Amino acid sequence: MSEKNVNTIDDILKRSSSPWMDGSGNASDVVISSRVRLARNLANIPFPHLLGDKDANILLGKVFDAADKIGPRGFGGSVFKVVLDNLSPLDRQVLVEKHLISPQHAENGRGKGLILRHDELVSIMINEEDHLRLQCLRSGLELEEAWILANGIDDQFSEFLEFAYDQRLGYLTACPTNAGTGLRASVMVHLRALSLTNEVSRVLNAVNRVGLVVRGLYGEGTEGQGDVFQISNQITLGQNEGEIIENLTLVANQVVSEEKRVQDFLIKNHRLEVEDRVFRALGVLSNARSISSAEAIKYWSDLRLGVEFGMVPGLTLQDVNEILVLSRPNFVQKVFNGEFSPAERDVRRAHLIREHLSKKLPGRD
Amino acid sequence: MLCEECGKAPATVRLEQVINGKKTVMHLCEECARKAGFFTGFFEPSFSINNLLSALLGSQLEGLPSQVHPREEVRCPVCGMSYRDFAEVGRLGCSKCYEVFEGNLMPLLKRIHGSDRHIGKTPAATREGVQKRKELENLKNELARAVSVEAYEEAAELRDKIRALEAEIRGEQG
Repeated sequence: MSEKNVNTIDDILKRSSSPWMDGSGNASDVVISSRVRLARNLANIPFPHLLGDKDANILLGKVFDAADKIGPRGFGGSVFKVVLDNLSPLDRQVLVEKHLISPQHAENGRGKGLILRHDELVSIMINEEDHLRLQCLRSGLELEEAWILANGIDDQFSEFLEFAYDQRLGYLTACPTNAGTGLRASVMVHLRALSLTNEVSRVLNAVNRVGLVVRGLYGEGTEGQGDVFQISNQITLGQNEGEIIENLTLVANQVVSEEKRVQDFLIKNHRLEVEDRVFRALGVLSNARSISSAEAIKYWSDLRLGVEFGMVPGLTLQDVNEILVLSRPNFVQKVFNGEFSPAERDVRRAHLIREHLSKKLPGRD
Repeated sequence: MLCEECGKAPATVRLEQVINGKKTVMHLCEECARKAGFFTGFFEPSFSINNLLSALLGSQLEGLPSQVHPREEVRCPVCGMSYRDFAEVGRLGCSKCYEVFEGNLMPLLKRIHGSDRHIGKTPAATREGVQKRKELENLKNELARAVSVEAYEEAAELRDKIRALEAEIRGEQG
């Protein structure tokens, strides 16, 4: 769906394809997406956790005004300005599932807002832990591109808002762990081959040792789901933005080449077993009549490995990435416009995935 | 490093406990750290980065009682937060807090980041001003060096440059 088909926030909530998961960009067979987040606060105004209702709303208004002045040219595309209280709890959860807001931001709260570019590449949370959390997303290993975009938008905002900044400590944030650059860069990687060969913990431990953090697909506690991991920097002070981006890119490239090395090994020595896995996964996903999100994501991982190998003609990385969104419980409820029990959701989820795959692979069903 | 408790998940938490002057250090995964918290009542059940920070702060206070004892009467004039409040929630109240609690925050930042000096981006609006102030700092260092080696001619030149730059910065502020 292109940007032209987006008229309301609902159009974004109901679509399973996101441009930052479209399979483009560097090393996109292993790196699903790249993200850069900047934490910014207004000078001499209490941070959101100490802000009363009225002041939080005033701040939200100020940021929205600044966004109007920046305009579509400054953002690189049209944006929605959303007061989160005006969205249903379900809609807020769908935004979380699509990685456009944090779980914390989806909770009821005063003056919480979102500025979202129609193509989902830019999303700005207002009154989360910091006054502004500016996030830029890209498909593939494109941290540099994401940083350039975030940096440009940050510059635009700083023309209209006075950000809390100290010459010695840099950007001042609610939590001192973000002070300095306020920059958190992360990559989302799919490591099926490493995980099949039980080598994933070896690689990720090494990543931990160089000062980077590894989390699961949906943050802490979801490690290993779908063999998807998020790797991000921890330190924000004493390194400049370029160094942080470069370090993470270097490490991500290392992880990618480890995954590829093991993929090569698998295809040379265990081709039949791999093919069997991939096509069994395709079989389940394109035929199941009821499937839980945990089961879907398990088979998704095998299927994606097949697509990474080019084993499944007709199925692109984008097609397979979409299944990740289609599998999420709140997304399923959103598309079918209702609240369902887990069992009912499983039936509808199976239907969505089946339909998606039969569109991409006609004649197979 | 793997968690010393379960030996499965990567250790992301360094737990330091001082009991009767004896320090023990454990490297735990978050799950086990949370469990440890339940048993000893050391952490809140909702274990988070903020709790961790509070723990760090607590040990900072214990370690240096005379230097950094939190005096409750010191409160941030903008948000009203005291250092004790910060130690409890792990989040500062506003940007002014960084200035008010500077003495306590600097060592903490150094522990978290291994540095207490930002070398990254400057907001567009203050970019030029900051550069000038950095230049001013350099000139002052050079002046001190020139004076120490009795290079008075050079020192006089530097002093003129410093005066000119200071006037420029004052002009921009006014």
